[in-house]
Amino acid sequence: MIENIRLAFQGIWGHKLRSVLTMLGIIIGIAAIITIVSTIKGTNEQIKENLIGAGNNVVTVQLNQDGYPYDMSWQGIPQGVRVITEETRREIEDLRGVERASLYTHRSYAEMVYYQDTQFNGEVCGIDEHYLSVYGYQIRSGRGFTQKDYEDMRKVALVDPGAVKTLFGGEDPVGKSIELQGEVFTVVGVAALSEEFAPTIQNMNDYWLYADTSAGTVYIPGTVWPAAYQFDEPQNVAIKVTDTDAMASAGKDAAELLTASQIANTESTFDYRSQDMLEQAQQLQSMSQSTNVQLIWIASISLLVGGIGVMNIMLVSVTERTAEIGLKKAIGAKKRRIRLQFLTEAAVLTSLGGIIGVLSGVGLAQLISGMMQIPVAISAGAILIAVVFSMLIGVVFGLLPAMKAANLNPIDALRRE
Amino acid sequence: MAILELQNICKDYMQGKEPVRVLKNVSLSVEKGEYIAIMGPSGSGKTTLMNIIGCLDVPTSGSYVLDGADLQDLSDDALADIRNRHIGFVFQSFHLLPKMTALDNVALPLLYGGVPLKERKRRAAEALEAVGLSDRAEFYPNQLSGGQCQRVAIARAMVGKPDILLADEPTGALDTRAGSQIMEIFRGLNDSGMTILMITHEPSIAACADKTYHILDGELHTAGVPGRGGSEDEAE
Repeated sequence: MIENIRLAFQGIWGHKLRSVLTMLGIIIGIAAIITIVSTIKGTNEQIKENLIGAGNNVVTVQLNQDGYPYDMSWQGIPQGVRVITEETRREIEDLRGVERASLYTHRSYAEMVYYQDTQFNGEVCGIDEHYLSVYGYQIRSGRGFTQKDYEDMRKVALVDPGAVKTLFGGEDPVGKSIELQGEVFTVVGVAALSEEFAPTIQNMNDYWLYADTSAGTVYIPGTVWPAAYQFDEPQNVAIKVTDTDAMASAGKDAAELLTASQIANTESTFDYRSQDMLEQAQQLQSMSQSTNVQLIWIASISLLVGGIGVMNIMLVSVTERTAEIGLKKAIGAKKRRIRLQFLTEAAVLTSLGGIIGVLSGVGLAQLISGMMQIPVAISAGAILIAVVFSMLIGVVFGLLPAMKAANLNPIDALRRE
Repeated sequence: MAILELQNICKDYMQGKEPVRVLKNVSLSVEKGEYIAIMGPSGSGKTTLMNIIGCLDVPTSGSYVLDGADLQDLSDDALADIRNRHIGFVFQSFHLLPKMTALDNVALPLLYGGVPLKERKRRAAEALEAVGLSDRAEFYPNQLSGGQCQRVAIARAMVGKPDILLADEPTGALDTRAGSQIMEIFRGLNDSGMTILMITHEPSIAACADKTYHILDGELHTAGVPGRGGSEDEAE
């Protein structure tokens, strides 16, 4: 066997140009697959990191009806669902893994919010005094909400950088007045994610993930919410957990607690559910994966073509070496040995192509990552599979030429010069 | 005791749709230690006979007993095994593998015979020494002269200690001097007990053997065919 491998290398080295051309299909196919797999893996890891790993560790619990998030803006006050009290909020904070809990009301699509003639189409949130710290917001200019703002139900507002851009056209909003549901609110400050929590938008998936806040958010004190919207609106809960692993369990615990305490009727179609970021991440990942799986199929075609190329060259090689095969058979080489020799040669050739393909794929992935800011993660498993797979291609497509060689009639083989 | 016994061997080849009989009832018995030459013009069937004796081909009918074993209905692999153990081939065009050194070429049959590497090297070196090429062991065939190549080929044929040496026009590609050198080696081998069967169309080469057969139109004759065999040979 070692002798066969040595002979195979000798043969490949003896026909450098031909060998490289033969391997080209395999090299391209494997390189493409490694590049794609590395990019998928890198993107997935980044999505996960953005959402949970280095993210803000916040899980939200929302009111659902029949399994779908309940929309207050047009469905009105849900029957039989109580407003969450400060006492319940404290109970949530006592749950295992919970660092801080915040109650907030919110509209995903603000209506009737204006600054002068500009209509705002971002989000509006009525927040309590814990909200900004739960989400890791910091006041960039102006001030935050004070105890007095809450107690006196002052019509004040905070805006985020998105709203500064869309509503104020980039002007300094502090001190400006906005109209919200016919009420005049004064903007007192700009709240933004502190740098360490800022998500990095590097691809379409990230964009879609953060798109709902891209038009910006206007925050008003939760106590003022009824003035603009309606009384007795059950709040959502944002929970900051101590570490990422606790997100799912803390969210679930809080949802159970709220369902038990807030909803009067146990037969109700309402319940509280946590929005599991991990699940969201997985959805996003499976989305990007399914498109990339198609790419892998396309790359596999190049492997098939490469394999056929190998078969072709091996057949030529068998013809060229008829005299050698005939002599070997004449002096006692059995079919198995001849077959093995050619199979080994094909397998060594494609494995070599696979290895070169892996190297070029890794290089290409790094290049793409450098040029397009897409993260890549080289997977050792993928590399191993690629090399083993390319070896298998050699065996499969080398089979026919090897059989042909093994079945050569030594007389015919010796007669040819 | 006959080492090789052919009885009523016939061989047909298909030429288009018509079968052509190339060997007609050939019977031949070779004793251990004999040195035999088979002469015949081209197309006489001598190469076909050689192939059958060398187990490279199987007869259409007739029986072939080699070293007491009947060779009828054997598989390709079984025939390969018999070639490896019992027969040493010397071809007109040497058939050395160009990418192997002389030593590796000589050792090749031992590889197929399952001899361990060290033993292979040792025996191959011995065989090379026997043909006087110890100093060329690491040379490649293209670095050797024709005569040297044929001596390497003889070493390769001898290395497995076969029962019979089959030579097909062993001097056909060599000049007279190299040719007579090869004949000396054959003579030496025969003197030490090797059975040799040689095919040639040169009377001077055939004269080196102890016994000469003539083959003509697929028939084997013990004595020379008067007036014909010789003149055909010269015409070639």
